[in-house]
Amino acid sequence: MTVLTVPMAETGTASVTRRTRVLRRLRRNPLAVVSFVVLALAGVIAVLSPWLAPYSVDQTDFARTFAPPGTAGHLLGTDDLGRDVLSRIMLGARASLQVGLLAVATSLVIGVPLGLAAGYFRAWDAVISRFTDLLLAFPFLIMAVGLAAIRGASLGNAAVAIGIAQIPGVIRVVRSDTLRLKSLDFVAAAVVDGASDLWVLARHILPNATSVILVQATVAIPAAILGEAVLSFLGLGIQPPAPSLGTMLATAQQFAARAPWAAVLPGVVIMGLALAFNVFGDALRDALDPKGDRR
Amino acid sequence: MARYLLTRAWQSAVTLLLSTIVVFVGVRALPGDPALALAGEDRSPEALEAIRRHYGLDQPLPVQFAQYVERMAQGDFGVSIRTGTPVSSMLTTALPVTVELSVLAILIASALGVGAGVLAAVRRGRPAEWLANGLALIGLSVPHFWLGLLAILYLSVATGLFPASGFVPILEDPVDNLHHIVLPAVILGTGLAAIIMRQTRSAMLDSLSSDYVRTAKAKGLRPRAVITRHALRNSLIVVVTVVGLQLGGLISGAVVTEQIFGLPGFGKMTIDAVFQRDYPVIQAVVLLTAAAYIVINLFVDLLYSVIDPRIRVTGDPA
Repeated sequence: MTVLTVPMAETGTASVTRRTRVLRRLRRNPLAVVSFVVLALAGVIAVLSPWLAPYSVDQTDFARTFAPPGTAGHLLGTDDLGRDVLSRIMLGARASLQVGLLAVATSLVIGVPLGLAAGYFRAWDAVISRFTDLLLAFPFLIMAVGLAAIRGASLGNAAVAIGIAQIPGVIRVVRSDTLRLKSLDFVAAAVVDGASDLWVLARHILPNATSVILVQATVAIPAAILGEAVLSFLGLGIQPPAPSLGTMLATAQQFAARAPWAAVLPGVVIMGLALAFNVFGDALRDALDPKGDRR
Repeated sequence: MARYLLTRAWQSAVTLLLSTIVVFVGVRALPGDPALALAGEDRSPEALEAIRRHYGLDQPLPVQFAQYVERMAQGDFGVSIRTGTPVSSMLTTALPVTVELSVLAILIASALGVGAGVLAAVRRGRPAEWLANGLALIGLSVPHFWLGLLAILYLSVATGLFPASGFVPILEDPVDNLHHIVLPAVILGTGLAAIIMRQTRSAMLDSLSSDYVRTAKAKGLRPRAVITRHALRNSLIVVVTVVGLQLGGLISGAVVTEQIFGLPGFGKMTIDAVFQRDYPVIQAVVLLTAAAYIVINLFVDLLYSVIDPRIRVTGDPA
């Protein structure tokens, strides 16, 4: 009967103490705290932006185009159509986060089951590997070009193209963690106990693989945010007049001679969001590292 | 070794076949009649009929696929709807620009990334490491097309140090060619440099705490010799690995960089084609990228097994 207590050690009490240890490590890392606060703030602003934004994003004012930052009534100035830059940046950041989350959700929904299957069932591994190779052969921009040609350019299609391109990364980390977990005693114990494959995967392997999935998602979101900016900049993502940081930069490039400052802020916001996610992802990886304070 | 090579080559062939099928199906999923898309301006019934016959669109799908593969293998990608020139000749002028840009970017990124990575590992816990780590994080997070935009605005336009756009073929004037392409290559290389830096640093930290480095130190080898002899060989593996893994990102990045700097390469051709709904060009671009990706990765894997002898034995690039 002692065999049965082994699975408890990985899924039960041990994970609770592990969670508190991870949280404690995160709280002690100033970079983790700062990046988390930035992300939380960005999240709140993104959710509330339709109400927080001082102007409607479509409200044009042709008498006051290209107002520089600091103009009364328009803190960050106005664009080529006299629209308020601050409002557009807020809603653009909201769109960036939407695409980031949507893309990563897409990659997880498809990638996690495939990664589990590839790691757990030997017979599936080769097939899923070929599928991964196939996806990798179409870089995200080329995938987006193809999707835009077939289905037209939109926020949703951009997110799907980025999400599909991120599937191989998810499969890789989940597969290798599944391989590792599969060889541990508590899984063998569950199998001996008569658990079905599906049960072992859902109850024992997936819960223990959540930390690598979490880290993967944290680094995939900033990549997706940068991807959305690129696609929208090229005209393959969010379509004007909907606000997007990428299209704002495209407009800024067009009018660079008249309003060079317009190219600065949207880029800083994109970089700030991506940086906060990347810094937090690094801190999370360190905090989850069982080897502890190696770094 | 031979067995590993055969397996890898076989896998690549399968992937290549699958991606060809994907593109073939994708082209048929395009809105409208493919004959209409291929016809361009001349849409008379006779012209459409001729196109259907030439491209075998009246044949059953498997036959169409076989003919399709045959045409692609011969380099017949059709004719651009917009310009009327064969897509293959457009590629011959565009590809050298992109290849030069990418190779230069990889070289710059490797030099910066390996240098900063080694420095960060050796100067652990000192300001040099924080600086290198911070720069790498920023390099990962910055939108490169934005950097390019700022570089044009504040370096090219303001100071005139670099041309803001345009391209001169290398055979025409190598110096002017470099002058045009060095800034885009630096911009394209920044992201790659950040990834190479992080990988190099972590590989260096591992090897600096390993037994063979301790042995080397114990036998009295100078620190500089330990680092150059043991680190540089390992960092070569890191660079090859990262370039193999990041190839897709590099291709995507090249497309954007070309667009910003107005370089007449593969990327600009791609974006123009999307907006002009130039389907033959889009198809060729997508298929060629996939093929290039697969072939280059096969090459990277082979190179990898040459650099790291362990892979030849186990056949598993761990």
